[in-house]
Amino acid sequence: MASIAQLSREAAAPAYDEDVVRWFTIATVFWGIVGFLVGVVIAFQLAYPVLNLDLEWTTFGRLRPLHTSAVIFAFGGNALLGTSLYVVQRTCRVPLFGGPLLAGFLFWGYQLFIVMAALGYVTGVTQSREYAEPEWYVDLWLTIVWVVYLIVFFGTILNRKEPHIYVANWFYLAFIVTIAMLHIVNNLAVPVSLFGAKSYSLFAGVQDALTQWWYGHNAVGFFLTAGFLGIMYYFVPKQAERPVYSYRLSIIHFWALIFLYIWAGPHHLHFTALPDWAQVLGMTFSLMLWMPSWGGMINGLMTLSGAWDKLRTDPVLRFLVVSVAFYGMSTFEGPLMSIRQVNALSHYTDWTVGHVHSGALGWVAFVSFGAVYYLVPRLWRAQRLYSLKLVEWHFWIATLGIVLYITSMWVSGIMQGLMWRSYDSLGFLQFSFIETVEAMHPFYVIRALGGVLFLTGALVMAYNLYRTTRGDIRTEEPMPVGAAARLAPAE
Amino acid sequence: MALIAHHEKVETRGLLLLVLILITVSIGGIVQIAPLFTIESTIERVQGVRPYTPLELAGRNIYIREGCYNCHSQMIRPFRDEVERYGHYSLAAESMYDHPFQWGSKRTGPDLARVGGKYSNEWHVAHMVDPQSVVPESNMPGYPFLLERELRFADVADHLRTLRKLGVPYSDEMIENARADLLAQASAEGQEGLLARYPKAATGVFDGKPERLTEMDALVAYLQILGRMVDLTDVRIEDLLQ
Repeated sequence: MASIAQLSREAAAPAYDEDVVRWFTIATVFWGIVGFLVGVVIAFQLAYPVLNLDLEWTTFGRLRPLHTSAVIFAFGGNALLGTSLYVVQRTCRVPLFGGPLLAGFLFWGYQLFIVMAALGYVTGVTQSREYAEPEWYVDLWLTIVWVVYLIVFFGTILNRKEPHIYVANWFYLAFIVTIAMLHIVNNLAVPVSLFGAKSYSLFAGVQDALTQWWYGHNAVGFFLTAGFLGIMYYFVPKQAERPVYSYRLSIIHFWALIFLYIWAGPHHLHFTALPDWAQVLGMTFSLMLWMPSWGGMINGLMTLSGAWDKLRTDPVLRFLVVSVAFYGMSTFEGPLMSIRQVNALSHYTDWTVGHVHSGALGWVAFVSFGAVYYLVPRLWRAQRLYSLKLVEWHFWIATLGIVLYITSMWVSGIMQGLMWRSYDSLGFLQFSFIETVEAMHPFYVIRALGGVLFLTGALVMAYNLYRTTRGDIRTEEPMPVGAAARLAPAE
Repeated sequence: MALIAHHEKVETRGLLLLVLILITVSIGGIVQIAPLFTIESTIERVQGVRPYTPLELAGRNIYIREGCYNCHSQMIRPFRDEVERYGHYSLAAESMYDHPFQWGSKRTGPDLARVGGKYSNEWHVAHMVDPQSVVPESNMPGYPFLLERELRFADVADHLRTLRKLGVPYSDEMIENARADLLAQASAEGQEGLLARYPKAATGVFDGKPERLTEMDALVAYLQILGRMVDLTDVRIEDLLQ
């Protein structure tokens, strides 16, 4: 029962700008499906190269950036922008700074960025910087959009009616500010002509490599981690109806995480021509990063203390909690792989690809799914989700897909790394390169099937959400309560 | 902890929070990246690294356009198996004029840092048109369209000028002769000037079609110089210390 204080509070709640959050939510689901679909296509291309079709627009080399950008910036980006604008209004108790006009520009400006980048990839317009492939004119456009984003988000914080800035907003703010810094420095380039797409990067060789991986690793650290931790800090407590586990832990984990992450980039360049001192520095900070990462995981998971039984009956909460568990797993695997001797084996192999996907599918996508399932009934004023059974199906199909994906990549990655370095009894290299490619074929097929499952789950979600927006409700048996509840005496 | 008690001040002041975040995330990058520009030994003192010829540069831009870096590294690590498989480990000096670098991060196909001179032009053309025709187990896409498309190079001198602004030592002479050098490299003769300006450049009708200058010519010219600029039999250990 809502208390009187609560009721009067809700009555006094300002009219929030929810249109833009609705658009971003639709865009999240749409681009998610596009990104997963392209991922499935390129996964099959690696197993069956005939699927490249011998056409320039459909080769793996052009579609892979399309896949990575679609999932990171289109799916993940729309999820971050949408949730951050929802969270910042509610936790500050004010509508968005700049109103619907600025918010509308932000939405359409960001979609234009995505479309311009995607068109560039398939037509061969690229800087060849991983996760920063768009050329200079797209980068300039994104810079403008991003500044507007900062103005809207930070302006709302400055206007707030709550004395405290809620912890989720610290993470969103760190994500916005740091991505701006990374984006600008890593994309410094001189165009050949103002009327052409081609540019040459300001830096060359070793300096260019470290700048790129300083960017690349922190695209993971701030786009795919800090931003999504913002989602965790709002939606996990909301869905579990419990406060965040520890205030102190959130402070320590926030500052330690954003300080340490920035140093981790050189672990992408172990044993390369980057000087050793930089490699060792990168490894050391990557190892230290394990601690704040797990601090965040503990804070998220322990928020459920006293409410663990909800995992049985609430599949939305299950998405959120399992995402935090995957976050814990991949932030343990990451430091492990940053150790130079481990990296000597894992680098250049599918192990890295598997690692990225345990984070991207298990953490980023699952926490986004949880947030979207939370948001849609509220944004469309539906009584509840159309079907919790379908959420349950989505959860298990997607989880099985992830398991197939990451286990096949562990096997193929470690196997290929070992094959490259194995010698026969006469002291010759035992395998030619192409023999290692051949050996990976079955694992490429398994990985692609894992991707098909993950995509299927997302389609189930899209259907469920569509019915929810129409206000439909599927008559379902209530979720089975566990044995503990059945055994408990009624009085 | 006393420090945590003071956190109240940060989380009730938006601007303070913003500034502290900016300071916190700037430190790592400054400490790691800035010294790479100032410590002289970062790039080894070896002889032979030169700017790309206009044709090699055009080929390199096709390599970038097609996203070859997604599957091929150009960075040999100093391990016994890599050195035996690919050749001498890569030096920072060898990519000092690479805007942008092409070290890559994944080897779905083999490393290409020293692929120059390992295969004939004919092999490269056949492989690019239909990889499975020469390596049946390969999972590389085919690029038959490179053989059909004329190379567009009207603005090649502008590319050289842009790179010179960024510190690549293209001379006035190189820029003046950019178009002539580009054509000469893919011809059967008339390369004295080109080879004087760009030692060790591979020359000839790369795609086997003397009547047309195709994108295939440029790409093969680029692949054939990879890893060949520095004479690695002639470097001293002291020069390699970083």
